[in-house]
Amino acid sequence: MNFTNFGRYILLLKSVFRRPEKLKIYLKEIAKQMDYVGVGSLGLIAIISTFIGAVMTLQIAFQLVSDFIPKTIIGSVNRDSSILELSPTISAIVLAGKIGSAISSEIGSMRVTEQIDALEIMGINAPGYLILPKIISGITMVPMLVIISMFLSISGGYLGGSLSGAVTPSEYLQGITTDFNPYTIVVALVKAFVFGFIITSVPAYEGFYVRGGALEVSQASTRAVVISCISILVCDYLVTQLLL
Amino acid sequence: MIEVKDIYKSFSGNDVLKGISGKFEEGVTNLIIGGSGSGKTTLLKCMVGLHQPDSGSVLYDGRDFTPMTYEQRIEVRKEIGMLFQGSALFDSMTVEDNIMFPLNMFTNQTRKEKLERVNFCLERVNLAGKNALFPAELSGGMKKRVGIARAISMNPKYLFCDEPNSGLDPKTSIVIDELIQELTEEFKTTTIVVTHDMNSVMGIGDYILFLHEGKKFWEGSNKEIAHTDIKELNDFVFASSFMKAAKDKF
Repeated sequence: MNFTNFGRYILLLKSVFRRPEKLKIYLKEIAKQMDYVGVGSLGLIAIISTFIGAVMTLQIAFQLVSDFIPKTIIGSVNRDSSILELSPTISAIVLAGKIGSAISSEIGSMRVTEQIDALEIMGINAPGYLILPKIISGITMVPMLVIISMFLSISGGYLGGSLSGAVTPSEYLQGITTDFNPYTIVVALVKAFVFGFIITSVPAYEGFYVRGGALEVSQASTRAVVISCISILVCDYLVTQLLL
Repeated sequence: MIEVKDIYKSFSGNDVLKGISGKFEEGVTNLIIGGSGSGKTTLLKCMVGLHQPDSGSVLYDGRDFTPMTYEQRIEVRKEIGMLFQGSALFDSMTVEDNIMFPLNMFTNQTRKEKLERVNFCLERVNLAGKNALFPAELSGGMKKRVGIARAISMNPKYLFCDEPNSGLDPKTSIVIDELIQELTEEFKTTTIVVTHDMNSVMGIGDYILFLHEGKKFWEGSNKEIAHTDIKELNDFVFASSFMKAAKDKF
């Protein structure tokens, strides 16, 4: 994203946060988007988180071959990795692909079929009506999905360890309850909030300024996912550096 | 009445509009005609504020639209209805919801009142009972008519139509033209139609503004257009041998 695009992105955000014409209609739209972003992504996040947790347990067990290191450490490492990094970041990258491309395509199609022009002619703030509900659903539902992802990832680790015999259930449970620092949850939720904003606002920007037809809409969608993923990784580093 | 004064617009150094002026009266059907790339859609978009002109002004009953703030423009836009070339219906909404959408946004009417207005608009465009259909289930002509119904739902003072006949068969085109003319006379709207359909020009052109290469070349009525000697206009209007033969009979 060069400086011109960044400037346009900021200006778009400025118009997104204008006062809504009718709050009731916006609330209805927010509820619809929350259902799509949250409930609609639950299954995908559940599957990914559970398997990542299970695989993490197996890999940590494989690397910890020393007799001097207690096996309970597998649970501790899995817990902190899931909470701090895997759940927020992997979930966000997966959601950028699923939700980001859908947002970009939807808004881009509306642009090329003049539906956005129609909104503006009616006197409706098109960025506000189309993008604000998506951003609000992103910043609220992504943290909720991340909380569920944390739980499932740690549970997946338990299942993976138990089924493979890499770690006993009691050692794993002892590991995940030892030296737990609740602050890691705060860091993860801050990340999830930032990622939720990126996942919704960047694709919305890409879709909103599409010019052309179907080809340009698909290109914008691809660009939206790529830029979102890179932005997520950059912000992941920045938030970690700032908060830890 | 809408008046445009000395409108200039260029894109990346390419001059599209070069000092267009004209007056569009209320209660009559005003046509902007011209070949592809002549600047007619750009002029329309400058008039409704989708493009900002480089210079010049657009006056809505004396109110200069171009220097207005966002909030002031919103107030004027509430008085505008527009039919888009591709109808621009919201895909995710039914016909009823499409027409009701501006009413939901800007009025405090009850559901019953809004439904009455929707049904009135649908009846007016001969689509009564089609409330529950989605845009994907409509033919091209029906989409245009729903577009018109949505455009008139807020009882607009100004009605803009961007190529209302594009992609339609001649019979449906005439139906749409007649509908636009009837609504203009019935509701006394200031109607501006951008078209290059010759049936529309001859049928409903109370006032015609002809653009060529971004300039105003001619203005007049459909009765006067047959008697003009301007080469560019004759080349455009009477391009086909059928139209040439028709002109000779005038």
